[in-house]
Amino acid sequence: MTRPLTPENQTLGRLNWTWQDGLIILSIVALVFAIINTAAKFTGNYNPNLNIDLSPASLPGYTARTLLRMLVAYLFSLGFSLGYAYLAFYNKVAERILLPLLDILQSIPVLSFLPGVVLALIALFPGQQIGVELASIILIFTGMAWNMTFSFYQSLTGVPKELREVARIYRLSWWQNFWTVDLPAGVIGLIWNSVMSVAGGWFFLIAIESFTLGNRSFKLAGLGSYLGTAANAANYAALTYGLIVLIGVIILIDLLAWRPLIAWGEKFKFQLVEAESVPQSFVLDFLRRSPTLRALHLNLFTPLQETIDRQFATTPASTLPISRPKSSPKFNQWVNRLLLGGFAFIVLWGSWEALLLLRVLSWADWQTVMLGAILTTIRVLVALALSLLWTVPVGVAIGRSPRLSQLVQPIVQIAASVPATALFPVLLLALANVGGGLQIGSVLLMMLGTMWYILFNVIAGAQAIPTELLEAATVYQLSWSQRWRTVILPGIFPYLITGIITAVGGAWNASIVSEYVEFRNQTETTLGLGSIISQASAAGNFPLLLASTVTMSLLVVLTNRLVWRRLYRLAQNKYQLL
Amino acid sequence: MGIGTKAKAAVESLIRLQDVGKSYRQPNGQLITIMEQINLELRTGEIVALLGPSGSGKSTLMRIITGLVAPTDGQVLYRDRPMRGLNPGAAIVFQSSALYPWLTVLENVELGLKAIGEGPRSRRNKALRMIDIIGLDGFENAYPKELSGGMRQRVGFARALAVEPELLCMDEPFSALDVLTAENLRFELLDLWLERKIPTRSILIVTHNIEEAVILADRIIVLGSNPGRIRADFPMTLPHYRDRKNPAFQAIVDRVYKILTNPQLDEPEESEPFVTGQPIAEEAAPRYQTLPHVRIGSVAGLMELIEDRQEDIYRLGQELQLEIDDILPIVEAAKLMHLVVVDEGDIALTPIGQGFLDGSIDQRKQIIREQLLKHIRLVQQIHNLLTVKHNRRIPEELVLDILERHFTPQEAERQLTTAIDWGRYAELYSYDDPSREIFLESPQQEEQLQPDIETTAV
Repeated sequence: MTRPLTPENQTLGRLNWTWQDGLIILSIVALVFAIINTAAKFTGNYNPNLNIDLSPASLPGYTARTLLRMLVAYLFSLGFSLGYAYLAFYNKVAERILLPLLDILQSIPVLSFLPGVVLALIALFPGQQIGVELASIILIFTGMAWNMTFSFYQSLTGVPKELREVARIYRLSWWQNFWTVDLPAGVIGLIWNSVMSVAGGWFFLIAIESFTLGNRSFKLAGLGSYLGTAANAANYAALTYGLIVLIGVIILIDLLAWRPLIAWGEKFKFQLVEAESVPQSFVLDFLRRSPTLRALHLNLFTPLQETIDRQFATTPASTLPISRPKSSPKFNQWVNRLLLGGFAFIVLWGSWEALLLLRVLSWADWQTVMLGAILTTIRVLVALALSLLWTVPVGVAIGRSPRLSQLVQPIVQIAASVPATALFPVLLLALANVGGGLQIGSVLLMMLGTMWYILFNVIAGAQAIPTELLEAATVYQLSWSQRWRTVILPGIFPYLITGIITAVGGAWNASIVSEYVEFRNQTETTLGLGSIISQASAAGNFPLLLASTVTMSLLVVLTNRLVWRRLYRLAQNKYQLL
Repeated sequence: MGIGTKAKAAVESLIRLQDVGKSYRQPNGQLITIMEQINLELRTGEIVALLGPSGSGKSTLMRIITGLVAPTDGQVLYRDRPMRGLNPGAAIVFQSSALYPWLTVLENVELGLKAIGEGPRSRRNKALRMIDIIGLDGFENAYPKELSGGMRQRVGFARALAVEPELLCMDEPFSALDVLTAENLRFELLDLWLERKIPTRSILIVTHNIEEAVILADRIIVLGSNPGRIRADFPMTLPHYRDRKNPAFQAIVDRVYKILTNPQLDEPEESEPFVTGQPIAEEAAPRYQTLPHVRIGSVAGLMELIEDRQEDIYRLGQELQLEIDDILPIVEAAKLMHLVVVDEGDIALTPIGQGFLDGSIDQRKQIIREQLLKHIRLVQQIHNLLTVKHNRRIPEELVLDILERHFTPQEAERQLTTAIDWGRYAELYSYDDPSREIFLESPQQEEQLQPDIETTAV
């Protein structure tokens, strides 16, 4: 994160060591200690009768464990994204398999992975805490990895041809190529998608830290299970503490991680002109000007990097042979055939096993799945319509008024960052008082999780409409409805579509947690695809879980292909401003 | 100047191309030839300029020489041995400078040295020396976005020179810069070369700027397009530094213009010393007409300018401050529509062209409509397809299929765009962007147009 000082900011660099530097060193030490200390609790025997302590004093420990889980899952996702996208980009055969596979993986709801992952890891580590911990980490991973992978692949394909030619003509080794070309090109996309991924992780936190599988229920100490237990016990004080800690943690992560990273990412933009408004972060400035980090960088990282680079460097130019030995095309062909063959085998075998599994299902089961699919589709659409109804006018109003947007945007951002699942209990209580069960409740829960995507995009779209277009509308005295139809709606259309696509994807996922809720020691459900998945997962009913998951994946993939992508293309072709 | 001493040094062959061709197969099975039968040798001690219109494959040829692209026919010899993979002694300066935005000037310049395993200290020294030579002192720690275009191109030069290449390749290195910056950089480069401040043995510069070639080069190679091939290859005997106002200079520029504007004329008949008389392959079966990508508005503007005078294209280009790549397509379009005639680099209006200039907007459209239908094959084809279809609409893929038998997919797309643009101007047909269909306006409108055509034809 340190960068060489340019002449103009040399003076800004603090030359003397101050108490703030002591702070940095202390916080690094404290962080390392906290991680080791928390990680130590992940080992040992698993205690199936874990009681979540609802006193506020236990919150810091729980939060630390949740954070460590998220961190490990995030690091897994990052590594996976880099490797997967790299392989898909550089190996044309792998690309043909990996990209469609990613599309499908992305459409599978997190909880559908649950039984498989949990059973496998419990079998691997019988009776040990680490098995359950790993299971929860892998589940968080399945909610984080896919969009980051897509983003990195996109970045790789977007590198200008000439920058790749430079890398070739100056003979960068693959190692150097990765650090100077591929990774920097992907940094911005990775940062933004990390923000989204981690938000997705919070969303499923409660479901991932406490779940039932067949006749066994699993509970891991953490913030999510704390919130879940508090809601179950209707302990409002604990629920409030938990929510405050959760929101605080989310705001802190934003301040200490995402904002500095986004500001730092500016450096990796392809444009060669300085943008007008650059994201700023005082944390980043502080770190960049810190002599401690600079010394660390100069004396530790630079030599280390140097040694590794030299290991991978090609031979000096003077001794370069005229031709470099390449792996023979025949060998490559065989590797590719093996890859394709192996993949084909896995697909065939998987489909065969799946068919055997599905044969068990009765006609009635299928009818239930279909009915559930229809009901959930209706709920998703209603949630979408209701969200649009309020977000479009409000979003345009906020976007067009600088004063309003300055005032409202931070509030909206905080509201959106709170995982909707944490608010479910509160909402359900309110509904129970007013009347109207989970039928209405699940739609509201879906909205709570997804309407923000639309709101953000509408605000951005309204801000992007050139003032001249609105002035022209005024000059030609367009009526209120003409104004909306000719200027505002077409102007925000591309943004609206982006928002809707994200929101609907989120709504499908949310159906799983919103149609099946454990509350005050009883389970409330309403018929729908989401609740079928949740129930099948909890009961360990694999045929039903498979059938409902496949149905949902199909629905998501098909609507993506047939509806959203087309609308998106239309938006890009026809309604793109500039 | 230094030219005499250079000539004395033993001349070695750096790279030799023998019957090199590049073609590739389209997904639909059509073979597209980008260039064929290229025979070319680069020797030590010379600056060679590769000139040609767009589409002559000059950038591809440079990439074959550097080993970035492998030829499909013939072979490339590096110091008389077959070259496989990258050229071991070449570096490239790109048109867009191609710097990594996230690396500082110093890091960008060090890049190539780092890749070949130079130690940190010697790497830094070499890079700093090159930064010093190229005039970038004080900017070592700046990021590319903090620099002007000219400064960025200097970094590109420093990066290439830092690896001490035998052969320095430059792909239109000055064309993205403003006139003054470009001129300044050109002469600084020439200084470095003539005063031997850089260890480079030979320079290859790809350009579409004729004067630039004549100022810098010791040898000029002119490429022709469709497919790319060598049309002329002659040495420059004028001593450096050359004066643009010198009549000898002007004569050479004129001659290159003549070769470029006259596709039939392969070697000018003057008795200048041509080193290699390339055996030029006979034109095969007539090629599909290639439309230059210009707007009718530009053609009209050009004709307004040459009204009442017969003008030399070169001087016209100078007057308009247009590069050869900008003006030639406009001339070509006017020529295809028989609005002008070009003879030995001179351009004049035809009677039809004069009629166009004298006409009102509607009459102009009328003339273009007739000329398009008479002379432009693609427009004829589209029009015919439309009139036979009973709903008067055709999807653009239909036309692209025809075009992709002759062009690369990108070029086919561009050809279609141009044909649509011209047809729209002439009100021959229209285009619906969302459905990507070409269609005839409603029949009533067609009939309204009909009497017009007849009255003018009478």
